[in-house]
Amino acid sequence: MESMSKAGIGRFLARQGILIAFAVFIIGFTLANGRFLSPENVMGVVRSSAILGVMALGVTFVVISGNLDLSVGSMMSFSTIVVLDLHDKIGPVLAIPAMFVMTLCLGAFIGFLVGYLKLNSLIVTLGMLSAIHGLTLTYSGGQNMDIADKEGTWFSVFGQGSALGIPVPILIFLLLAALLGIVLAKTPFGRKVYAVGGNGTAATFSGIKRARIVFLCYVMSSFCVAVAGLIQASRSLGSQNTVGQGLELDVLAAVILGGASLLGGSGTIFKTVIGVLILGFIQNGLLLVGLQFYVQFVVTWAIIILAVWLDIAAKRGKLLSTIA
Amino acid sequence: MSDQTPALRLEGIVKTFPGVRALDGVSLSVMPGEVHALMGENGAGKSTLMKVLGGIYQPQEGRIIVEEVPTVMTSPLQAKSKGIVFIHQELSLAEELTVAENIYLGELPRRSFGRVDWEKLYTQTDAILAKLKVGFNAKTIVGDLSIANQQMVEIARALTVDAKAVIFDEPTASLTDAEKVVLFDVISDLQRQGVGIIYISHRMEEIFKITDRISVLRDGSYRGTLETRNTTEEEVTQLMIGRALDLSRNESNHELGDVALEVRGLSCGHMFKDVSFDVRRGEVLGFYGLVGAGRTEIVETLFGLREPSGGKILLDGEEVRISSPADAISKGISLVPEDRKGQGLVLGMNCRDNMTLPQVGELSSGPFVAPGAETAIFDKYKEKLDIRTPGWKQTVGNLSGGNQQKIVIAKWLSMHPKVLIVDEPTRGIDVGSKSEIHNLIRDLAAQGYAVIVVSSEMPEVLHVSDRIVAMFSGRVMRTFTSEEVTEESLIQAISGITATEKVA
Repeated sequence: MESMSKAGIGRFLARQGILIAFAVFIIGFTLANGRFLSPENVMGVVRSSAILGVMALGVTFVVISGNLDLSVGSMMSFSTIVVLDLHDKIGPVLAIPAMFVMTLCLGAFIGFLVGYLKLNSLIVTLGMLSAIHGLTLTYSGGQNMDIADKEGTWFSVFGQGSALGIPVPILIFLLLAALLGIVLAKTPFGRKVYAVGGNGTAATFSGIKRARIVFLCYVMSSFCVAVAGLIQASRSLGSQNTVGQGLELDVLAAVILGGASLLGGSGTIFKTVIGVLILGFIQNGLLLVGLQFYVQFVVTWAIIILAVWLDIAAKRGKLLSTIA
Repeated sequence: MSDQTPALRLEGIVKTFPGVRALDGVSLSVMPGEVHALMGENGAGKSTLMKVLGGIYQPQEGRIIVEEVPTVMTSPLQAKSKGIVFIHQELSLAEELTVAENIYLGELPRRSFGRVDWEKLYTQTDAILAKLKVGFNAKTIVGDLSIANQQMVEIARALTVDAKAVIFDEPTASLTDAEKVVLFDVISDLQRQGVGIIYISHRMEEIFKITDRISVLRDGSYRGTLETRNTTEEEVTQLMIGRALDLSRNESNHELGDVALEVRGLSCGHMFKDVSFDVRRGEVLGFYGLVGAGRTEIVETLFGLREPSGGKILLDGEEVRISSPADAISKGISLVPEDRKGQGLVLGMNCRDNMTLPQVGELSSGPFVAPGAETAIFDKYKEKLDIRTPGWKQTVGNLSGGNQQKIVIAKWLSMHPKVLIVDEPTRGIDVGSKSEIHNLIRDLAAQGYAVIVVSSEMPEVLHVSDRIVAMFSGRVMRTFTSEEVTEESLIQAISGITATEKVA
């Protein structure tokens, strides 16, 4: 009997562990600093999570299809630098679509390598993380990129504007989440993404063109990156070459926290939004209780590992593997 | 022989799974120095018995006795420590490592500070290899060896312990004739050293060449042991097939339609050569042959998973090229694959979504999937095929094998294919659901579908087929009609026996 209830507790922890951990964090932060749950702080967290959140939406597709995307951080730097540079050269009306086209090309290239050439997504996107970083530096000559006339451009609306009292970045995040949530849950494409990630062989045997689905997931991911780059550029109207550096891990952490399995085939856009908010609140809470900014990196990693562990543990029904 | 102590004895082994009595009081004894054949149709219980012996399954009843000592087996490794060693059909070697490292993997001889004692390792290994009289040495990289020689490495591994009994499971499946001779020499060497040998094979010729006694299993129960010297292939076959099985021939009384699929001289590398057959609407064409005879490869070629190296495929009289499964499906060829869980279903998805997966694009209204239409299809086929599940939301992985298979079949029926191919329709399915699936296949033919059934179970092929294509090592040996086929002639055809007769 004792071992039965022990197994039960293990399974419960594995399934609900993230939410329990989150609750503990929230209570701890609130006790440590009363401002944590104030409306201003909550809004602040959501706003600062918007860029990360937009990227996480795209990566959700990639992860559900059974792959990884570690290139989104450096790709976001690329989009930001390109759109800022072109803003002064060809004007914002042309700069924005031009930046989208270039970013989508990068996504298509990755999608080609992982989908059609069947290369390992971890290696491809890790390589692209570095390659795109190099591309960005080559493009900018290593210089920071700034818009010359920061006061006189409407371009700032995407990052700094607000409508109906809600900051535009949050609106974009929520609208895109709703749109992609529908694509994933309600369209044949979304269904195929789940099938490909759940069992790629069975999907192929059902006549689904696996390579095409994987390709489209990466294009989708790069589209979200372009949106994120647009918000980033618009918010600061100037940028370093490394603005997106390290974001790939935060994005991945958010997606996994939301409950998408790294093994593919499960996850939803709604859960990813929850994951983004959990990550945002934890990182914000760490700052509010007075920890150094840099502690975030350690904590984010600890969270990823916890989430992956619990995912595996939930699948095998216990916390520890019996096979050494 | 009777005054000797058996090397290994199994007594009244019973193993049941939910709904199936896989082993029903099976007994078997192997004398030291004896080669004992274990025979039976697929599904007769041979592999279950071996899994019990290897400690992978625990029997509900019965005892395993090694040299008069009752023994409980808990794992293949523990069985090995008791002197019971398995040589599997599929090799499990680390190809990058040397022969010596493979043989002593996990138990390498050590010197101080945990360093490997390479000298001792190589000397020990070469001593074992010398007994086997092989043409390679301890330092050879396993990946450089032929399959036959890799098998020798497996055997050498078995000899590192004081083996009481060695079990060979279909050891000649991937060997050439010359390599077989070497293997048989090794087996007779083991025999001389007093090791008891259980030899599992379908190949009569080998059985009669190297074994002393033959024990036969059928439907999970022990049917008798014959002295190889005093018996015939016919007697063994009789015992294997028995009369208890449902051998009622398929008596179709409906009209056959036009030829739906025609295959002419189809070849694919060395997998199969010059294969020709046709299937009419309303007909079930069975494919029967041993593992490795090329049946599954033909099916994969028809479904666009392999590219043929020659020959023609005609659908409704028109020649077609099939480039991918998606292409095959759009042309009207559907496949219920052999590996239901690996190829047929997305186990984490619900029943309905699995069933409508191939047509989710066509079912949509505007840009969205049409859940109403999907559920309608699910309800229709749930009723039609009697799929037992609480509802469409049920995750497919939670269903029984039989119900899972019905979902895969329904997946294609709802698209009304021209040709439905069913590869191993009842693999891993309990006895009750088996006959349901068989009846379903007959019904489909009666409704005018052209059906191809590939199976390695003879009763199944005999029961469902209107005609049977017998295959042996990549070739069609003969096509039988259900009136002319007999168990004996079918077994002979798939063992390659008619090959020599036909040539002569």
